[in-house]
Amino acid sequence: MADKPWVAFYWCGSCGGCEEAVVDLAEKILDVVNAVNIGFWPVALDFKKSDVEEKPDGFFAVSFINGTVESDEHREMVELLRRKSGLVVAFGSCSHMGGIPSLRNLYDVRDCVNYAYTKTVSTVNPEGTIPQPRFKHPAGHETTTMNLEETGKALDQVIDVDYYLPGCSVPAHLILDAVMAILSGNLPPKGSVLSPSKALCSVCPRQETKPEKMQVKDIKRHHLSEDDGTCFNAQGMICMGPATRSGCGSPEKDNAPRCILVNMPCHGCFGPPDGTLDQGLAMLSAIASDLDYTPDEEADIDRIIEKIADPAGYFYLFGTAKSLIHGRPAGEGKTKPVEVPKEGGA
Amino acid sequence: MYEPKIVAFFCNWCTYTGADLAGVSRMQYAPNVRVIRVMCSGRVDPELVMKAFADGADGVLIGGCHPGDCHYQLGNHKTFRRYKLLKALMPQFGVDPERLHLEWISASEGDKVRDTVNSFTEKIRKLGPSTVPDTLNTLRSKEVEHG
Repeated sequence: MADKPWVAFYWCGSCGGCEEAVVDLAEKILDVVNAVNIGFWPVALDFKKSDVEEKPDGFFAVSFINGTVESDEHREMVELLRRKSGLVVAFGSCSHMGGIPSLRNLYDVRDCVNYAYTKTVSTVNPEGTIPQPRFKHPAGHETTTMNLEETGKALDQVIDVDYYLPGCSVPAHLILDAVMAILSGNLPPKGSVLSPSKALCSVCPRQETKPEKMQVKDIKRHHLSEDDGTCFNAQGMICMGPATRSGCGSPEKDNAPRCILVNMPCHGCFGPPDGTLDQGLAMLSAIASDLDYTPDEEADIDRIIEKIADPAGYFYLFGTAKSLIHGRPAGEGKTKPVEVPKEGGA
Repeated sequence: MYEPKIVAFFCNWCTYTGADLAGVSRMQYAPNVRVIRVMCSGRVDPELVMKAFADGADGVLIGGCHPGDCHYQLGNHKTFRRYKLLKALMPQFGVDPERLHLEWISASEGDKVRDTVNSFTEKIRKLGPSTVPDTLNTLRSKEVEHG
């Protein structure tokens, strides 16, 4: 046991899907467990922060950290794990690019908290109670909890990251390849994303149906439209394939992209190929240039573009934190913090 | 006094040549623009525009050939589509879409280069300095108490 390398898993602002992905290794997880010792994995095993603190620096061969860095607690934990680990792997879209939680960077964090706790359809909160970073109990003692930061951040915006495993969630074959590469020491240069850099379209089974010249006449919503089985972008359903790296598809299924296999357009969870500054803008550029040329150009383009109701939501679903303008500046058009009503929600 | 910083992407075949004409005709225009010559306005990727804003530009001006006149057939038509969609995205990231402007200027329209640069500079001067760089810095570090 002593000569096996130690690994740690940690989750920040995360849905738990990345933890699930580890379990998705199915029987292959036995190979992984045979090869390593797990020294920290709060979601599955009973470890405490002190179990990490008492270890010497660099004790863990590798830490797999998933989730968006959203609070002072996450920051403290990832900084601790960075000290105690030889390698840090950003695991999944959230730690790679900020993920879905970082869409909140487009809004004021106070608005988001107020909305989530008082205004959503499924919330029953007649007293308008909102979690506080500090709470003084009438009996005298004080409780502190985590404190949200202004923006949700990708892992490498907080600590030094050695490798990235992309995906929401990370597919099992990539996890296994990464673990084996780390164990064998056969690693690519630091900072690499452990997935092919070619665009998703290059392995798409619908690639053959992509016309020579794209002439998109309308933007359609996927769940409201009939899919004729051809290239989604040619049909006018936005597919992030052109601006997304490949690697999500299992080699057992010819590397065909996961979402396309179940007739869904790509949502871009793998992030952009190497060398792309901003995935959302790359996709915006691709879809805009696919629009058809018509005599009444301006009116037609306006009509089509109006159908893209939420461009940021489409193009930055998984990567707002890594966008060039990675949050909404204060001032310009920003809403004021919402006053939470004392009684009853809105 | 606040002087706007404006990045201008001019296409080689029309607008840049038009700017050359303005120069040899000794037309005076606002010195706030930093002109970058590109082979075609279709080369102006939205990434370049947003990077200019992220790096501190107060405004971005794109100049291309008139529709139908593109040296590469359809480059400026693609620019127009990207420009329209980018304008729809910009408010979501808190950048005023008025800070981005597209103008068709041919090689013979030196006076239009002068007028466009002058009027766009005045517009950006009225809008004031862009808040993007400052906010990027604060957002990256600041912690707040919610609630």
